[in-house]
Formats: sequence, structure tokens, C-alpha cells
Amino acid sequence: MAAASSLHATAAPVAAAAAGSRSVSAARSVRVAGSGAARAGGRMVARAATKADSPASAASSKSDGHEVLLFEALREALIEEMKVDPTVCVFGEDVGHYGGSYKVTKGLADMFGDLRVLDTPIAENSFTGMGVGAAMKGLRPVIEGMNMGFLLLAYNQISNNCGMLHYTSGGQFKIPVVIRGPGGVGRQLGAEHSQRLESYFQSIPGLQMVACSTPYNAKGLMKAAIRSENPVVLFEHVLLYNLKEKIPDEEYVLCLEEAEMVRPGEHVTILTYSRMRYHVMQAAKTLVNKGYDPEVIDIRSLKPFDLHTIGNSIKKTHRVLIVEECMRTGGIGASLRSAIIDNFWDYLDAPIMCLSSQDVPTPYAAPLEDATVVQPAQIVAAVEQICQ
Amino acid sequence: MAAAVLLRRIPAARAPAAAALIGARSISDSTAPLTIETSVPFTSHIVDPPSRDVTTTPAELLTFFRDMSVMRRMEIAADSLYKAKLIRGFCHLYDGQEAVAVGMEAAITRKDSIITAYRDHCTYLARGGDLVSAFAELMGRQAGCSRGKGGSMHFYKKDANFYGGHGIVGAQVPLGCGLAFAQKYRKEETATFALYGDGAANQGQLFEALNISALWKLPAILVCENNHYGMGTAEWRAAKSPAYYKRGDYVPGLKVDGMDVLAVKQACKFAKEHAIANGPIVLEMDTYRYHGHSMSDPGSTYRTRDEISGVRQERDPIERVRKLILGHDLATPAELKDMEKEIRKEVDDAIAKAKESSMPDTSELFTNVYVKGFGVESFGADRKELRATLP
Repeated sequence: MAAASSLHATAAPVAAAAAGSRSVSAARSVRVAGSGAARAGGRMVARAATKADSPASAASSKSDGHEVLLFEALREALIEEMKVDPTVCVFGEDVGHYGGSYKVTKGLADMFGDLRVLDTPIAENSFTGMGVGAAMKGLRPVIEGMNMGFLLLAYNQISNNCGMLHYTSGGQFKIPVVIRGPGGVGRQLGAEHSQRLESYFQSIPGLQMVACSTPYNAKGLMKAAIRSENPVVLFEHVLLYNLKEKIPDEEYVLCLEEAEMVRPGEHVTILTYSRMRYHVMQAAKTLVNKGYDPEVIDIRSLKPFDLHTIGNSIKKTHRVLIVEECMRTGGIGASLRSAIIDNFWDYLDAPIMCLSSQDVPTPYAAPLEDATVVQPAQIVAAVEQICQ
Repeated sequence: MAAAVLLRRIPAARAPAAAALIGARSISDSTAPLTIETSVPFTSHIVDPPSRDVTTTPAELLTFFRDMSVMRRMEIAADSLYKAKLIRGFCHLYDGQEAVAVGMEAAITRKDSIITAYRDHCTYLARGGDLVSAFAELMGRQAGCSRGKGGSMHFYKKDANFYGGHGIVGAQVPLGCGLAFAQKYRKEETATFALYGDGAANQGQLFEALNISALWKLPAILVCENNHYGMGTAEWRAAKSPAYYKRGDYVPGLKVDGMDVLAVKQACKFAKEHAIANGPIVLEMDTYRYHGHSMSDPGSTYRTRDEISGVRQERDPIERVRKLILGHDLATPAELKDMEKEIRKEVDDAIAKAKESSMPDTSELFTNVYVKGFGVESFGADRKELRATLP
């Protein structure tokens, strides 16, 4: 374990090569997980639907694996990467002593010291900028927005400096930051705390965006994002942190640009991500009972789209439904629809349908909030319409 | 401004001037120490200011003259190139402010970091950048320091720890504090100079970053290049308190005559030591730009021509060093004139060379968007016709 280093001590330098630092040539038992085709065998876990269904994508592994909640999976990923690479550090509000408002960074400050797990004041614009500056000089900060929506205050830093510096410097500087935090519509958190920033960030050139949805992919994507030389925005969801799943004991990293096959099918391609995946899978149960065979893909990579996996699916089913939590106008669905039309027009037998959240600020009242986002019944109706 | 009082502590060894002899005396390259007083004493905020007596050498003074003259020449040449439409877009010139870039460089090493805003051509040169790359970048050529993809506001030099080159006012200051953070993280014993203007001094993110830097004791030096105008707005119309060196509040500050290269050198040396030991410090460089804010701004609608020529008469940084050199007999006026002629030719040659270099290839449009290739072949919605694996 790397020695804890202090922000305020002037102690002896931290050992440059921490014990257990990896050498590139050493064979390691890291499995880069392939696409989900081998995994998903239509294992629909029947369970009383309380919040969301458990993901049916536990990887086959040599050992038994261990059960984690999604926020613990993110934490495992952070700890593993921070142990191996001394340049990884964490910036954010209350990430250190408090342990993180969603406990993703719980215990990290004790393990790694407050020079590597930094409690920032409430100053998103500047600490995001500082993370970018530190990255220019070779560190790998993981910048947390306590709620994704707060990162709007740092939009200039994320767009101009984070996304564009590699280009405007002619390739001289790379910005290997990870910007992460919970977003999406929660449980009556109000309009300002229910934002979906993927629609705002998607046009920023130079950024990569991924959305995790299961403990398995949360850990794999977090590790991949930290290791990536590009700036990656990792979208987590407020309501998914307590999902439980068994994940492998051995180390694994997922491919950032790859989509996940959740449920293979023949009749219609349903493209979704983050929390809506669970609404889709709930709708899928109903659809299966009605005799439909939907293919469900969790796109995971919001920028760039994995048009390879998506395209193969469309070539098979010829019908597309996009289910997203972004608002209708200018959302991920709008761009995805456009990309599909550009590339796979000839394969479509029906117009692409896109179910999105309403173009309204998220209301506080529970029935109104439910009406803002896409519900399983709407998904069922949409599939029935497409497959006519 | 009164001429600098010359205090010669140790006589410089030199051969007598003899104009009759051919090639009689060359420009002094002596490194014997020379102590010169700054134009005015330093004004400080919650810290003891450094001494007015600056140690330099004849060789260093001549380097100052040379470097500032190259910068001056480059900026004036850029003015002509812009009017000839070879440089497009925004072009912010630094003539008048050369002493800040040159004095700072003399006080620090290439291991220290510098970051500035868009008035960055001369800082690039000071950090070791070359004229051809600078002109090529201004003209958008492949041989430019950012491969033609950045332009005037985006000069960088990674191997010299020069971090640019930023277009959005004030946004470079948090970046600079991040650089300082990395220096502290790695225990490098170096400092970061984050430059900004009097206009940017009113940006909130500056105070945010200063707060964090003070809390975490980062080796960050915030340098306000106060040229008294934020584009067309004079400082007294933009800042309730134009004493920028005091606005760090709990952070110490120093006000420096930014037209006196020796004062700048002394202040930066002082600041670097302070920042590494104690955390952030603010430097306010009292300086002036002869050109308008950019080439689109004549610079005369919000200030009088008398003011501009007045500063040029009294405070020009190059003239100050020329007087010092001539006063100490380190070179003759003719030698300095020859040097200037040589510099003019150097700059003209660089422009000619840059003009010859080619425009970037169309494929360059897509390079450097991302660092590494992706795991799968991608067809993004924004790349309809080009189906290529991203580089």
C-alpha cells in the first residue's frame, strides 16, 4: 500500500516507485473483458421489483467473485489504480475526511493521505481548472462533482481547457483526467439536482463520455477511464449506487468505447444507458410475455458511439428504439438517431423512435417527476408500435 | 521616471575605447557583478519587500537588450503581417511589456513553470521558442509551434515548461495553480508563475484558486500584468480596488515597476523563494502596452496619444537598458545599433522562412483530438464522409 502522504507535511519524498508498481512487460492477470455476448444468456433474474432489477451481466470468472454495491465497485477501482499509479489523485468536495457524499471515496484519505485525496472548497470552476493544470504536468486527477450539475460552473474549464488543449497545443499536452459524479433524475431532488449533463458535454471535441450502470461495468469503466490518456467524463447515476452484483476477484478493465449487449434478440434494437437500462429490462419482461424478442444494448459509450455493435444489431433487427433520460431536445438520443440515419439508413424498416425525458425542469412532486422520465409502460407501447 | 542611479561596486574590467582601431573593442561579455538600483522601491502587502539593489552583469544587461529587442521587432513585424492579412483572427501584441517576460526568465529556470493568457508571443520566445515556429504558427502553417492549429492565442512549449497560451480571460489561473499543485505533489522545489491581466484580476476563479493555493500552500505566484486597460476599459472603471497586489487579502503581494527589467528580475527571484517556502504570493507588474488590446483595437479611443508617447519617452524598457549599457560603457551606440540591425534581419529571415512553410494537410483536422486510438473503429455522427480509425 502506498505510504500516506500529507498535504501539509514537509516530510521525506514519497518513494517514486511504490511497492507493487507495475512493469509494462510483466504478464498480468488483467482480463480486458470482451463484449457481453458471451455473458448475457438471457439470464433474467426474477426478483421483486423494488427499485431496479439487478443487472443480468455477472461475468463468468474463474473464482467465485465477491458481491459489491455499485459505489463500492467504483471505490475498488479507485483504490486499485491509486495503489499502482502514484500520479492518480482525487479532487472534490468532501471526498476526503467526510468519505464522499455517496461514499465512493470512503476510507481513501486514510489510505493515501490528504495530498492524494484532496478536499476542495466549493469552487468547481477553479478546482476543475486545477485538475486540468495538474494533468498538463503529468498527474492523473480524478475530479468529482458532488452532483454532476455543479460541474456546469466549470463548463469553461471542461470545454476549452480539458477538451481542447491537446489539439490547440498541437499534441504537446495531454489531459488524462477523469471527471465523474452522480447525475440524472433522482427521488424528488428538485430541478437543479436532477440534471443530465451528457447532453451539454457531448459536443465538446476531445472529451470521451461513458455512463456506467452496473457494479461490474462501473469498476471496469472507472479503471479504463483512469488509464486513458484522454479526458473522460464518467456519468454515474444517483439512484444506482446501491445496486448489488457479484464481480470477479481478478482484475479486469473494460473498453471505454464498447457497448454492452444486455439481452440479445431478433425483433427490435433497444439502445439505452444508465438508469433507463433498468426500465428497459422491466419493459422487456412484459414484452417477452407478449411474444416479442427485444435486443437490449446498453450503449455505455456516449461519445463516441459504438456504431460497430449498434450497427450489427440494426442489420439484424431493422428496428430501433432509443430510450434515454436526457431531455428530448439536443440529447444523446438526438445525436444517436442522427448517427444511425447517416450510417444505417438502408437497414431500417421503420422510423427510429426515441423516448426521452420531457423538456421541463424536473418537478419536485412525485407523480410529476415520474411523468418527466420514461416509464416501462411507454417502452412497451413504443415497441409494439415499431413492430407493427 | 528618474534614470536609475548607478552604483558601481566593483569596477568592470574592460579595454579602453579606441575608435581608430579596427575592431577595437567588442561588446562587453563580462560576467563581473554589477549592482544597479531599481527605478522605484518595491511596495509590498503583508511581506517585507526585497532590496532595491539588483545584482546583474554586463553580459546579462546586453542579453536583456538583445532579447527585448528581438521581442519588440517580432511584435512590430506581426503588426505588418496582420495588416497584410497573413495573420488572421485575433492578434494581441506585447510591445511595451517585454521587461516582464525577460526579467522573469532571468530569475528562474526552465524547470519552473509559466502560464499566461493570449498575449503570449514574447513569453514563448523567452522560454526558448524560436522565431520561425512563432511566425509559422501566427500564419497558420504546419511548422508552427502548435502545428498551425492553435494560432496566436495558443503558443505552448512543453519541454520548457511553458503552458500557454489561453484565450478565455482568467481561466489560466486555476490551471496555473494546478501546475503548482503538481510541483508540490512531486516535491519538485520549483514554482509556477501564473500571469493574468488587470482585466482578468476581477475574475472569481482567480480568488477561488488563490484560496485553494493558500490553503494547500502551493508554490503559485500570481502575476498581474497591469497595463491599466482591460481592452477598452481603464482599470479604475473595472476594479473598485485597482491595488492588485493587495487583492490577495491574506496572501502577500508586491508591486513592481514592470518596465524595469531589473526590478522584475528581483521581484520574481524573491517571489519564487517565497512561494516554495510559504505558499502563494501576488506580484503586480506596473506595465504598459503600446498597441491596442489586439490588432482590431486602435488603442486610441480610450487613451490619448500623448499618454502612449509619454510612456514611450519616459519608461520604455529597452531604452532604459540602453541607457544603462551606454552609461556603464558596456557598448557603444553604434554597436547597439548594429545589434538592432542584425535582429531586424534575423526577424525578417524568420518571416521569410515561415512564409515558405506549407499549410497543414487536411488530415491534420482530425489529429490530436484524442491522444490514443480507440478500441473499435468508429463512425461518429460528426464525421459522415470520413470513415477512418481515429489516430
